[in-house]
Amino acid sequence: MGKLGWDAIPLHDPIPLVAAAVVMLALAGLGVLVTAKGWWPVLWRDWITTVDHKRIGVMYVLLALVMLVRGFADALMMRSQLALAAGHARGYLPPAHYDQIFSAHGTIMIFFVGMAFMVGLMNFAVPLQIGARDVAFPVLNSVSFWLTAAGVLLTNVSLVVGEFARTGWLAYPPLSELAYSPGVGVDYWLWSLQISGVGTLLSGINLTTTILKMRAPGMGYSRMPIFTWTALAANMLIIAAFPILTATLGMLLLDRYLDFHFFTNELGGNAMMYVNLIWAWGHPEVYILILPAFGIFSEVIATFSGKPLFGYRSMAAATLAICVVSFMVWLHHFFTMGAGADVNAFFGIATSIIAIPTGVKIFNWLFTMYGGTLRFETPMLWAIGFIVTFVIGGATGVMLAIPPADFQLHNSLFLVAHFHNVIIGGVVFGAFAGYTYWFPKAFGFRLHDGLGKAVFWCWFIGFWLAFLPLYVLGLAGATRRMQHYPDVSWQPWMVVAFVGALVILAGIVLTVVQLVVSVRTRDRLRDASGDPWDGRTLEWSTTSPPPAWNFAALPQVASLDAFWEAKRCRGGALPAAPGEGGRTLHLPRPSALGVVVAFFAFVGGFALVWHVWWLALAGLSGCVAAGLARAWQVEHEFEVDVVAGGRA
Amino acid sequence: MTAAVATNREIPISERGPAPRKVVVGYGFWLFLLSDIIVFSALFAAYAVLSGRTAGGPSGVQLFHRREVLVETGCLLASSFTCALMSLAIEQRRRGLMVVGALATFALGAAFLGLELTEFSGMIARGAGPDRSAFLSAFFALVGMHGLHVAIGLAWLVSMVAQVFTLGWRPMVVDRLACFALFWHALDIVWIGVFTIVYLGAR
Repeated sequence: MGKLGWDAIPLHDPIPLVAAAVVMLALAGLGVLVTAKGWWPVLWRDWITTVDHKRIGVMYVLLALVMLVRGFADALMMRSQLALAAGHARGYLPPAHYDQIFSAHGTIMIFFVGMAFMVGLMNFAVPLQIGARDVAFPVLNSVSFWLTAAGVLLTNVSLVVGEFARTGWLAYPPLSELAYSPGVGVDYWLWSLQISGVGTLLSGINLTTTILKMRAPGMGYSRMPIFTWTALAANMLIIAAFPILTATLGMLLLDRYLDFHFFTNELGGNAMMYVNLIWAWGHPEVYILILPAFGIFSEVIATFSGKPLFGYRSMAAATLAICVVSFMVWLHHFFTMGAGADVNAFFGIATSIIAIPTGVKIFNWLFTMYGGTLRFETPMLWAIGFIVTFVIGGATGVMLAIPPADFQLHNSLFLVAHFHNVIIGGVVFGAFAGYTYWFPKAFGFRLHDGLGKAVFWCWFIGFWLAFLPLYVLGLAGATRRMQHYPDVSWQPWMVVAFVGALVILAGIVLTVVQLVVSVRTRDRLRDASGDPWDGRTLEWSTTSPPPAWNFAALPQVASLDAFWEAKRCRGGALPAAPGEGGRTLHLPRPSALGVVVAFFAFVGGFALVWHVWWLALAGLSGCVAAGLARAWQVEHEFEVDVVAGGRA
Repeated sequence: MTAAVATNREIPISERGPAPRKVVVGYGFWLFLLSDIIVFSALFAAYAVLSGRTAGGPSGVQLFHRREVLVETGCLLASSFTCALMSLAIEQRRRGLMVVGALATFALGAAFLGLELTEFSGMIARGAGPDRSAFLSAFFALVGMHGLHVAIGLAWLVSMVAQVFTLGWRPMVVDRLACFALFWHALDIVWIGVFTIVYLGAR
């Protein structure tokens, strides 16, 4: 069994064991419930093997919400540890455990919450917005989702079997090399990200092809909804950036498994090359997360202002400008490398330049609201909260972009406060805005409004309470990733930050409560119109939830905001494209390929972590066999009668 | 229906509605190839950074045999030619000719791989394996990654011939054959980079 033995279970450490026991009990309870209710066939047919982009999108979002709870548990542990561990007090988390917690927190929040949430929302909304019946490659979409889920599972298994990386979320060498991290933690990190990274790349190819090749007749580029534009930019970034991550992690794997010397201290290796490569992926990655959020805010602000988006063309241009410049700024993550004044000046200026198209966007949103008929529904609260929060986060970003200032602020809590300022204020707020905005489209009823507003205020207030103190502490010299600090004068700030985390906790609990209450009172929250917010784009022209085929007849698009136009001029009816309107359609069949491939990928990844070579070979063979079986399958589609609403 | 729309020259391409299946598949595969080329570009960048880092071990000039690599290159370029002939045979739906093209492509690709593995094992035998220096790590990763792609391509080719025999000329099979051809030609382009930068540029 390779390195795997009973000593891999951390019996001496109660925290992960109890957490794992709770998760396993919950899963077992869920299994019993599903079995008792006889839901397995429905679950298998309509969800696990589905190739419908809307259901896959919903599953991505669900995965992200579950992982948000997991990642937030890590955050609470860190904040409570630091509220305690001042001066002579040591807190309750030993350094080896604390290091795993901040590594897992970063990894989970970026890859499995931020990415999963945004990919889920894009999956759900983009085909509907462009008037398509599905994505370009529906089965591949299912494979992408399940590979992401396999990566998630592998990361979480490390909680009970072995350990997770203690290296930070980007695992810089030489610390992450075998010489300094001989355990399986870094290997868990590497294989989780390799497996889920393949899923993300395939998803990027899929959505880019969908946007560029599957738009409804008449929807030229200047008629694409702005969320679709930002999704296009984000997915092009995925295609351009994720292969760099794959290659870089591949090199570290070769170092660790086959005694290569890419990043080692010995025999000519160059650790700084890793840092360059990982940020050549990592900086575009933050725009992969934030651009779709910008798109969501654009849709939300236009809808709830009752006006067309101000500066549509400049918004699309700013999106693509950010897309390009995002590849020219990676070095600002390590000005202290010592590349010299010229190099640092170039990257400092390039970084500041990004503030220009971002500023264009901010002004466009403000001018969209100006003179509009504003409705302060929950998604709009998230959008306004975002503008306030993000501008401040952007300003501290410009401060960090100045190399001499960065030498002081580098790796301090100021930096931690900055990136949480833009990621929570941008990506998380955007994700919740999109979740609330499209929820009625996905399920046919709204989320509870009052609870939604409470969630927003908890996050908004909690965020500022938790992270303003970190700016102060960072300026006072507190470094990131410390498990204990000698200066007791920092403690009050740390306590305030902990209280902020508790307020955010209330927001997360209320999110769950909101979901439960909304489902239970769904009859009262029902939306029969399919257009609960008086929307502008094509997704609101179909029923809620939309049929599996989205549109019985593909619409003919003649302008930007075609649905808004139709509501003003033709009573809401969009003209059907020529040749559309037949009774029968061909839809892709459900496929088990995704879940089977992901199962074998998980088995293979787990085996590689523990050096169980025969099992790794079995995992690889399983993936290949599943692919070959699919290649020989001939019947990919079935016919539906769109009038009767079922199989023809 | 789509064809009727597409022939109307009055409508800009971007407004003609969903593209035919064949175009969508080809486009997606092009995007995949682009992403694959970015994987290679990261490995090229690593090679460029590490090529001088021999750590007291052998350098490229001491290790590489350009004559043999030239033969290797000839095999791979010729296999692209036979692959193109195979594509012509597929266009005319001539199965016999297609098999001849596939056999030739497979033989040339396998010869390339054989020569490459001989080179690798020779280097490892004289103590110049990837564990010797950062330069050799980057060399084995870059050239080995290309070799891995060729090996996967050969396996794909075998399965495509089997598909043609068992499933016939279905659109889905023909589309996959077109993707295979794109993949195989892309490997040629990458190899030209490898040959130029690694072997001709050896110091």
